[in-house]
Amino acid sequence: MSSYRINHLDQLESEALFVLREVAAQFDNPVMLFSGGKDSIVMAHLAFKAFHPARLPFPLLHVDTGHNFSETIEYRDQFVSEIGARLVIALVQDSIDRGRVVEEDGPLASRNSLQTVTLLDALEDGQYDSAIGGGRRDEEKARAKERFFSHRDGFGQWDPKNQRPELWNIFNGRKNHGEHFRVFPLSNWTEMDIWQYIRREKIEIPSLYFSHDREVFERSGTLIAVSDHVHLQENEHVKTMRVRFRTIGDATCTGAIESESDTLDQIIAEVAAAHQTERGTREDDRRTETSMEDRKKEGYF
Amino acid sequence: MEKDLSQKDNYLDMDLLRFTTAGSVDDGKSTLIGRLLYDSKNIFEDQIKAVEESSRRRGDDNMNLALLTDGLKAEREQGITIDVAYRYFATPKRKFIIADTPGHIQYTRNMVTGASTANLAIILVDARKGIVEQTCRHAFIANLLRIQHVIVAINKMDLVDFSEDAYEEIVEEFKSFSSRLDNLIDVTFIPISALHGDNVVDKSENIDWYSGPTLLYQLETVYIGSDHNHVKARFPVQWVIRPHSDEHHDFRGYAGRVAGGVFKPGDEVQVLPSGFTSKIDSIHTADGKLSEAFAPVSCSILLEDEIDISRGDMIVKSNNPPERSQDIEAMLCWFSDKKMMIRGKYVLRHTSKEIKAIVTDLQYKININTLRKVEDDKEFGLNEIGRACIRTSSPIFYDSYNDNRNTGSFVLIDEQTNETVAAGMIS
Repeated sequence: MSSYRINHLDQLESEALFVLREVAAQFDNPVMLFSGGKDSIVMAHLAFKAFHPARLPFPLLHVDTGHNFSETIEYRDQFVSEIGARLVIALVQDSIDRGRVVEEDGPLASRNSLQTVTLLDALEDGQYDSAIGGGRRDEEKARAKERFFSHRDGFGQWDPKNQRPELWNIFNGRKNHGEHFRVFPLSNWTEMDIWQYIRREKIEIPSLYFSHDREVFERSGTLIAVSDHVHLQENEHVKTMRVRFRTIGDATCTGAIESESDTLDQIIAEVAAAHQTERGTREDDRRTETSMEDRKKEGYF
Repeated sequence: MEKDLSQKDNYLDMDLLRFTTAGSVDDGKSTLIGRLLYDSKNIFEDQIKAVEESSRRRGDDNMNLALLTDGLKAEREQGITIDVAYRYFATPKRKFIIADTPGHIQYTRNMVTGASTANLAIILVDARKGIVEQTCRHAFIANLLRIQHVIVAINKMDLVDFSEDAYEEIVEEFKSFSSRLDNLIDVTFIPISALHGDNVVDKSENIDWYSGPTLLYQLETVYIGSDHNHVKARFPVQWVIRPHSDEHHDFRGYAGRVAGGVFKPGDEVQVLPSGFTSKIDSIHTADGKLSEAFAPVSCSILLEDEIDISRGDMIVKSNNPPERSQDIEAMLCWFSDKKMMIRGKYVLRHTSKEIKAIVTDLQYKININTLRKVEDDKEFGLNEIGRACIRTSSPIFYDSYNDNRNTGSFVLIDEQTNETVAAGMIS
């Protein structure tokens, strides 16, 4: 006799599959954002499951800052071919060349804020009416109130005061011409859920997440990897350390942490014992107390 | 290959409990959540540091735990919570999702939203004030949304000298007014002090006369296994999976999430609204076939016969069909600044179906502070709750909300603005 009980990971998976199928059914032309980070990998894995044995009914879109870790791109291409998805790439460099954005200057320059313009341009070029993102509500306080189906006006802006109520599992994706939606199937997942799910599902993830030797330097308390895209300042000294990444974003602003964890079990144990939120290693979130909220209003994910 | 849903893998196999908290600025709700997160060690150092800095800037003496949960800029500036914020924490026993909502009457719609997905509600009572209008409102909303488990947390016990008499008086008062609220089948009373941490995570030394559970212990152990309806089988079709590939040439899977009951291969089923019957050939997931599927599992059902089925249809078991009607009566909560129009047209979204509907009558409104019916006032606006009659353009298949939250709930959408204007619970 079954107890008709499913555990937390199965509940989260079931909810995400439900949301992904709603997106396919309610929108004409959805697209799934894919960065090569663990959240978007889990999300694409869930999409593979939601429509199995058919192919994904939407393409994956990578907004490429050009400031990637090389491992991310290798991984991306392999993963996409394995799940049989279609990949669309939008380059921040193109936005710069076309004069849509101006590259930040100075030693702390980052292309993180430029991504928003490239993303909005790519959504318009592809005439996508909904973009599925891997955002989670536990990541940051401005995201705690984000909806599964998040309405954006004709300018791609998020208005936290004008969001549609979401009750039960009923999602309202109706919109006027020119408006679009951001959809977050992983809303209810925590960082721990993501890691546990990766382990349970035996999902391969980029090697950057596991402990390795890397040349890094310290910048305002964060370990930044040495690459062609960062400029060392006078007081910054390079050293080789045993590190891994908790999140994988733009190489110029994603910090590494010292770690010996080279298996998923060790990473899970490390996350459980962590003293810092994962976004604590993201330089971009620390610029002001409300920096995530400010960026979201402009259309950042 | 068969997938076993009851597999055990220690920490990968935890329960999930969703609960809601309602409270206003001064009854210590944010402090309670902050305390719960802090004492169960679900707060990170950088979060604590940020809160300590903000507390200092605001001139607070101690670390203001409430700041851990107040999200948006406007809210932090005004010191109020204006939306539903979702928070997450876990203990070795369970994972929790908190729907944190404001408590004032002008935020009734937010409370209703937060309550719609909750298994349990925490109702906060200020020990100095006892049962007030707001307590009644919160209990009424929990009952309306059919939250079966309630914890009445009697807070600020430190300000009444941890008095047992004060506690007992509030318990009795709550019991007497809530006797009419039939859906609240499991109510637990806990005396706490969120500010000092008494009986939140750790047992209070100041309240030695109380032998019941702490708040966290109750959250970790309350039995929620029977919250879904496992009798009446319901499967709203979301999407039809047709691969059109050589390998899966004839595959036709009806994808959805079980909304009630249990489905097994070989079961006789009926498809609504067409009424055609067939047998379940298999239940498909990407991990293999299932021997049974129950709420809230997402899967795809394959039938033995080729029947024309599309999104919005519902697969049910023939022996236990849902209600079928074009005229429904429902409790509505209004969400929009624009008042409800009697005879007005709306879009009604129910399970995976969207259909046109007209509100034909408002039978009564409820004064949610006194719980009295108001019958002579047909104006129905933001945050109001009442009973309405609705006619749909074609029949819908439903259960009463008290029977099944999934097939008994709907929302109304304004056709012009696309705004979600009301939530409905079918009687």
